[in-house]
Amino acid sequence: MSELKTLYKEGLWGNNPALVQLLGLCPLLAVTSTITNALGLGLATLLVLVGSNITVSIVRNWVPKDIRIPVFVMIIAGFVTIVQLLMNAYTFGLYQSLGIFIPLIVTNCAIIGRAEAYASKNPVHLSAFDGLMMGLGFMLVLVVLGAMRELIGQGTLFDGADLLLGPWASVLRIEVFSFDSQFLLAILPPGAFLGLGLLIAAKNVIDAQIKSKQVTPPEAEKGPRARVTSLT
Amino acid sequence: MIISSMVKNGAILCGFALLTTGLVATINSLTADKIAEQEQLQLTNQLQEVLPHSKYTNELSQDCVIISDPLLGPYDNQVIYRARKDDEPVALVIRHVTPSGYSGDINLLSAVYRDGSVAGVRVTKHEETPGLGDKVEIKKSDWITSFNSKTVQSESDARWAVKKDGGQFDQFTGATITPRAVVGSVKNAVVYAQSNFDDLFAAANACPEVTP
Repeated sequence: MSELKTLYKEGLWGNNPALVQLLGLCPLLAVTSTITNALGLGLATLLVLVGSNITVSIVRNWVPKDIRIPVFVMIIAGFVTIVQLLMNAYTFGLYQSLGIFIPLIVTNCAIIGRAEAYASKNPVHLSAFDGLMMGLGFMLVLVVLGAMRELIGQGTLFDGADLLLGPWASVLRIEVFSFDSQFLLAILPPGAFLGLGLLIAAKNVIDAQIKSKQVTPPEAEKGPRARVTSLT
Repeated sequence: MIISSMVKNGAILCGFALLTTGLVATINSLTADKIAEQEQLQLTNQLQEVLPHSKYTNELSQDCVIISDPLLGPYDNQVIYRARKDDEPVALVIRHVTPSGYSGDINLLSAVYRDGSVAGVRVTKHEETPGLGDKVEIKKSDWITSFNSKTVQSESDARWAVKKDGGQFDQFTGATITPRAVVGSVKNAVVYAQSNFDDLFAAANACPEVTP
């Protein structure tokens, strides 16, 4: 139980693949121009991560140490190809807008990193949970970054959600405010760098605050916000 | 000793390669029909956007010729679909490419009626700057509809240019190169369609009939 809790905290916050490990930045920076794209790539990465973690964990006792890396790469490449084919078949529009970045999931170091660092040493259920949490952590950062860029860049949220979720999802589109011309910096890659930098900074600020509260426990117990400390 | 471990590792790697390839092949064969269907659907939608379905009666996506001509862009083998109403030639729908965009090729689909006027134009693929050049997409701006029912008088028709160059088409603030490239390419395609209209309809069908 405590192992699951650790995995959950590590994946979503403490060792977040995007904010702390800084892995998989190429797709992260390239596709987060809208929430829909971010969610699509996040889900694809999540699927691949869970699938590869489970498989690596299952075969971990049969793979000699010397050839584990090529085997892991093969497993991951296989899963990515499967996800790519499924997206091509069932979410055609999104597949076209994510384009090149689906095959690039293979090169996302977060995935082989988890295979090597966790799944190759731990039982199946824990590896699956680890993959799920790391994938969710990655997806959350993608979605938050996508929301920031979409909001600042073109003043909408969930633009094009129907590409991912089917025609009904076009009602999700929110026009928060409208511009005559879009704010280019947010849409282009530099905006992604700035946004990610701000997110990392925000995480560090929050971590620092939590830490400073821990040092003075009496103060932390005063208000209802004391719950925050129990999360660390 | 080292030989035997090499053989063992080789065999294991080989086993994994066979397994993953088999899995991918299975998924591929399961999704192949669906993917082909999606591509067909997309083609039908694209054709519908440039040429309304009411204008023709044949199966447009199954009636085409494949043409290599510098007017249609620097690449060989562009597809031209032929729309007929009760076997009478109605319009041509031309795939063409211009390399003169701001970044990379712009792929276009233009429909031209028999009288030489444009039925519709769509950009099918491009890599222009988001927020500037991407206004050629119908999703971003209705600029591309300004081609509708325009016609080219001659190859030196000065109206087929952006306003900055003395023509009739708007450019975008901060992006002239993209619309200039699109206008030029559509003009070439229209000129090609006008001068080869009957020949194209006389040519043999290059699109294989799909058995229902």
